[in-house]
Amino acid sequence: MTIFIPTPLRTYAGGKDEVEVAGATISEALDSLTESHPDLRRHLFTNEGKIRSFVNLYLNDEDVRYLPAKEQSKVSAGDTLSIIPSIAGGAE
Amino acid sequence: MSTLYVSKAVYDQMRAHGEETYPQECCGAMLGRPDGDRWSVVEAVRAGNTRTDSAHNRYNIAPVELVRIQRSAREKGLEIAGFYHSHPDHPAQWSPTDFAEAHWLGCSYVITSVAQGKATVTNAFLLEGASEEEKRFEQQAIEIGGQ
Repeated sequence: MTIFIPTPLRTYAGGKDEVEVAGATISEALDSLTESHPDLRRHLFTNEGKIRSFVNLYLNDEDVRYLPAKEQSKVSAGDTLSIIPSIAGGAE
Repeated sequence: MSTLYVSKAVYDQMRAHGEETYPQECCGAMLGRPDGDRWSVVEAVRAGNTRTDSAHNRYNIAPVELVRIQRSAREKGLEIAGFYHSHPDHPAQWSPTDFAEAHWLGCSYVITSVAQGKATVTNAFLLEGASEEEKRFEQQAIEIGGQ
């Protein structure tokens, strides 16, 4: 499957905006990504190994948080996983 | 101080967006290309503000909209260079909320103050730092291009 890397994390992915990885599930695909690009791990995961709260994962157009199997959801070669840090703020 | 290069059209579009949504905050993404050690912004993409509960002083872009913006940028050979939003009747300075919710390291955050419906000051801040724990905002000069 293809994982799309957001602008801030490309530095840690060899400058690439997308990375092809193997894996039967989202979790396995992320493991594959961070094995080939270890510096990405601390930007994506907490010390406890959970996805950081501000990092959104989208399997195609679906929020992984709302998939029944979440990160254990099965993936196929044609799927895409987008890593998207959140955007918010405000005057006060 | 680093510089953010923005085309005149994009600069005007971002400020006009803030005037249109006043007294609520507007928000959107800036698409561009790396130009040496700075971003050159060539397109602004409007986004919806999902914080309808407190849109006068909060903004949030739905992640699925960001996914689509990122896809669209890639198809055009552009990158997400940063984001913009407005501060209705507040200064064009980042707030503690802006800082806490900023996670796009290396990207620019543009803020336009809109006073009584009229865009006044526009500032840019680069989110610097090698990690979330080391992040900081540094003000940038905005260079406005001729197009």
